[in-house]
Amino acid sequence: MELLVSDNRLDSGSRWLLFHAVAVFAFLYLPIAILVIYSFNGEGVGGFPPHHLTLDWYRTLFADGPIWDSVLNSLQVALAAMAISLLFGVPAALALERAQFPGKALFRRLVLLPLILPGIITGLSLLMLFNVMGTQLSLMTIILGHGTALISVATTEVFAGLQKLDRAQEEASLDLGANYWQTFWRITVPNLKLPIIGAALLIFTLSMDEIAVSFFLIGRDNTLPLEIWGRLRRGITPEINAVSTIIFLFSLVAIMLWYRLRMRGEAGADAGVEIVEAVEGNAG
Amino acid sequence: MFSRAYKTAVALPPLLWVTVFLLVPYLLMFCYSFWSVSASQSIVHSWNLDNYRRLLRVDVYWQTLLRSMWIAARVTIFSLLLGYPVAYFLSFYAGRKKDLLYQLVIIPLWVSYLVRAYAWKTILGSDGVLNTLLQYVHVTKHPLEFLLYSPFAVVLTLTHIYTPFAFLPIYAALEHIPRNLVEASHDLGATPGQTFWKVIFPLSIPGVVAGATFAFVLSLGDFLAPLLLGGPSGIMISNIVVSLFGAAYNWPLGAAISLCMLLLVVSLLFLSERVERKWSFS
Repeated sequence: MELLVSDNRLDSGSRWLLFHAVAVFAFLYLPIAILVIYSFNGEGVGGFPPHHLTLDWYRTLFADGPIWDSVLNSLQVALAAMAISLLFGVPAALALERAQFPGKALFRRLVLLPLILPGIITGLSLLMLFNVMGTQLSLMTIILGHGTALISVATTEVFAGLQKLDRAQEEASLDLGANYWQTFWRITVPNLKLPIIGAALLIFTLSMDEIAVSFFLIGRDNTLPLEIWGRLRRGITPEINAVSTIIFLFSLVAIMLWYRLRMRGEAGADAGVEIVEAVEGNAG
Repeated sequence: MFSRAYKTAVALPPLLWVTVFLLVPYLLMFCYSFWSVSASQSIVHSWNLDNYRRLLRVDVYWQTLLRSMWIAARVTIFSLLLGYPVAYFLSFYAGRKKDLLYQLVIIPLWVSYLVRAYAWKTILGSDGVLNTLLQYVHVTKHPLEFLLYSPFAVVLTLTHIYTPFAFLPIYAALEHIPRNLVEASHDLGATPGQTFWKVIFPLSIPGVVAGATFAFVLSLGDFLAPLLLGGPSGIMISNIVVSLFGAAYNWPLGAAISLCMLLLVVSLLFLSERVERKWSFS
């Protein structure tokens, strides 16, 4: 399409498009930039121009016990949710690609539904389940909630990987006398390494940030987003900007890693598009 | 090539898990919506339609639902207006910078919802960045109070959050358009405007529908942005559900509203897939 760009007739149109794109990027990133800048502001979260640049809020943050407790809780939740999602999401992808069974279409839709469903519905329906079962709300219930909702991510990522996989290797392995278990661990999993690691990273990041489902399943111990949420209701200081800045940086690192993986796996892949397409295919 | 045992082994565990933790909870939500709460605050397991009758009779429920749909509709329109031209620009004009710019749109998608909603709170407040900036440059003398705690703040924040969601499928649809169609239209003498409206736009409609569905469904069910930025006039239907499950303690009524939302969402997904199929050319 370089051809179109060099076409004079399109110049005013493409200039307008460029301007629009710059404005949208500003809209997407300015709030985050402001958040970061004011985490260094001595005078509070607002007030223009920012002055008295300081690291005090970061010092306050690092001395803040409850925040770090909640970070530890969130890490536990994210790691456990990752394990559950992969444990069930990888077989689910294999089943969807390789097996025929009654209710398969319904199963596919159910697995993917939490991706598009507002978190409140996933959270509340699980809350009712735990209530009926008499389960005490705790970090465990949040883990079950995240783990279940994020199976969708593991399944879509691995399913996309499976479709590009050459089955001849697995076939050869089986022909040469390896059993299914050996074939799975020695051939299937190594071939799906990139989608699995990518899914794990995504699940981890999404779980660390998740708030809508956790909101309903929370017990005594807070996750990091819920700890922040609780503080937002009591009035705000740049300490929250500081912790948000750190969360932002961590998300950024995770996403960069994820893109790296995707680029290595399949040059120029449409990262994220698979999930969208899976969700679209989910409706009918 | 895969034996029955293999298929059972991969299908059964996720099938069971999904049944227990997704299917059963949805069914429970369905059951709860027909139950009621006794005077002593316990759930009465008798089946009736009272909760649904109440939804239709009491104004605040369906009015709030309508207001939520109106907020979600505005978010959808703004997200499409912001997302479409960017997708079009990236797909057709960005050249070698395409992949980098694409990632720049997607990154906010994975960045904490809470961080972004909070950022808008610090910008829009009466001592916030925007109001103090406006006074600093002498555009206004007093803080504009309508910025925060209003439906405006909710729409703005949700548009910020869901624009990348709207962008993603539109971009995917545009990328799938065979470039020789565009060149053919060009060679046959169509102006760029004609090429866009007669070739490119119709082919991108499935992406637009998918993007609109994402933005609408996800913002419709949001309750955190309204709590944080909405004020009394920005209350959405999910906030009512939250209070019914909390202080107001009426789980069955809350379940009935949730179920209505669930049905609305699922039928929208169904509808949008129909439209996408009808308009897709491959």
